[in-house]
Amino acid sequence: MLFSEILRMAFLSLGVNKLRSFLTMSGITIGVFSVIGVMTTVSAMRGSIETGLSFLGVNMFQIGKYPTGMHMSGDARRRIEMRRNITLAQAERYRKLMEDVTEVVCLKVFYRDGAVQATYANRKTEPGLSFGGTNEFFLLANQFSIDAGRNFTAEDVDLARPVAIIGQEVLKKLFPSESPLGKMIKIGGRAYTVVGTFAEKGTSFGQTQDDFVMVPITRFLSDYGAARYTVNIATQAPSQALYNETVDRAITAMRIVRSLKADEENDFELYSNDSLIAAFAKVADAVRAGALVISGIALLAASIGIMNIMLVSVTERTKEIGVRKSIGARRVSILTQFLIEAVVLSLTGGVVGILLGVVAGNGLALWMNASVVFPWDWAAIGLFICTAIGVGAGLYPAMKAAALDPIESLRYE
Amino acid sequence: MIPPVAPADARRRTVRPPGALVIKIEGVTKLYKMGSETIHALRGVNLEIYRNEYLAIMGPSGSGKSTLMNMLGCLDTPTAGRYDFNGKNVAHMVDDELAEIRNREIGFVFQTFNLLPRSDALHNVELPLIYAGIPAHARHEKALAALRNVGLGDRVHHRPNELSGGQRQRVAIARALVNHPSILLADEPTGNLDSKTGEEIMGLFEQLYDQGHTIIVVTHEEDIARHARRIVRLRDGLIESDTTVA
Repeated sequence: MLFSEILRMAFLSLGVNKLRSFLTMSGITIGVFSVIGVMTTVSAMRGSIETGLSFLGVNMFQIGKYPTGMHMSGDARRRIEMRRNITLAQAERYRKLMEDVTEVVCLKVFYRDGAVQATYANRKTEPGLSFGGTNEFFLLANQFSIDAGRNFTAEDVDLARPVAIIGQEVLKKLFPSESPLGKMIKIGGRAYTVVGTFAEKGTSFGQTQDDFVMVPITRFLSDYGAARYTVNIATQAPSQALYNETVDRAITAMRIVRSLKADEENDFELYSNDSLIAAFAKVADAVRAGALVISGIALLAASIGIMNIMLVSVTERTKEIGVRKSIGARRVSILTQFLIEAVVLSLTGGVVGILLGVVAGNGLALWMNASVVFPWDWAAIGLFICTAIGVGAGLYPAMKAAALDPIESLRYE
Repeated sequence: MIPPVAPADARRRTVRPPGALVIKIEGVTKLYKMGSETIHALRGVNLEIYRNEYLAIMGPSGSGKSTLMNMLGCLDTPTAGRYDFNGKNVAHMVDDELAEIRNREIGFVFQTFNLLPRSDALHNVELPLIYAGIPAHARHEKALAALRNVGLGDRVHHRPNELSGGQRQRVAIARALVNHPSILLADEPTGNLDSKTGEEIMGLFEQLYDQGHTIIVVTHEEDIARHARRIVRLRDGLIESDTTVA
């Protein structure tokens, strides 16, 4: 018997119970949709996340009290929270120790006592402003540049001058039609003179990177309480070749600064762009694994649905099977017919799921400013799994149909 | 090639000389187990059917009539005895071999027509050809010819529910004959039709007989059996009488 005929008959009989076929298919669609949607989003975002995470400058690494990209609980978390803060004095001493290797050591802290707003005259920014203290190496360490005015100087930091550099979003809000340079803005009731603006950096993860104000770290800590802040230290190795050596030196320097004994573990974290990306990859893998488990369960439920519907269909069409057998259908013809029906059900559901998943995943990715991808590998895996589900769920009902006795089934009403 | 049919006339009687032996049944018995009871549906039946015959098998319910029909139609195999179909012993054939015999050699006509409700007349008639593996174009031609032969050339794309009972039975007959089988096996072919339509169908059988088909009708109605040239009567699993009514 010709395959095209079997296919035609499968579509014909599935068309008879449109609603039933649709409902059965939608189980597969949901399962495939969830896995394809997540895989598409993750793939689409990977590129943008990797560039987004590379916020540190070239050959840079960062030292801080807390690790990034890791979610810990229990003892591990408590141990980290018990660590002493990295004080400005320690950070400055570290800088001294590193002087013969590199001069580029950026120190920074960010405001962490809830929402903060910047105001000028009767205008104000949104309350979600990022506000922090840093030194003259902020630009280098974070790949920013100055649009107008000037960068901080070593003197600004040494003297803790009340000066500020503002991002483009803040500029738009507070100074829509005038130059900000030399103007006094207020943050948390304190006044800062604007000496420069950062050039626009755009968005990352769907969030603007231009909505922030920086002041000298010395000023910041004296205004908001040095004891409550831990300083993050970004260090630039002089070259790629000297990167590893610089990291080793930095760890030694930090251990000296923190007065650690030889048998004590580091009480600080060191991370680079690479380790941030690796941390993201870990999260992405977890998300993927989660999606696989969930869609696996959904697909299992859906395949039980298909088997159930196929069993119902075999019973309903007992007479038809009898007729087909009486006019010469062999076992294999009946078997193939029902098997193909199950595969068509599951594959159609799968194709719809793949399309919806790709559309939704890319929609999400686009919303987060990632580029569009089509996950060919996952689509192929999806189609393969759907075929396997169709065969797996259809085999028993199809065998049951093929084994029916023609006389009995002709008598069936 | 089969010549086109003349208008239906159930009363016209021609007798054609019998041809080669098609069916030879020897000492066939059939036992069914119903729980602890064993039912002897057939107790040793001998029967020979030749090409060009028009045969009626009669008998009250429980006479073994249906069992014999299933056996003749290769839907069932005997418990004991020999059944040769065109010289081949089919008594010990397995499912798929029987399916092939049914496909090539036997055309079934049922009391309840047994058409596929979702398929149009043409597709219903094509079905045996599909299972015979005949390519689409040839299949189409043959099915159309078979439908024209039963007077339904203008109803090929109607579904069963758009056809009258008589037309449905004609589609079933076209389906039975499309593969040029050795025998046409009809089980109470007029049982679901009013008497006028029933007469029309019997008239069609008359024409098919004239065209050279071998016809076996299983019935309990004397009126229907009277159309045949030979009547075999069954009782209690045995042949009670076998008469030629020329």
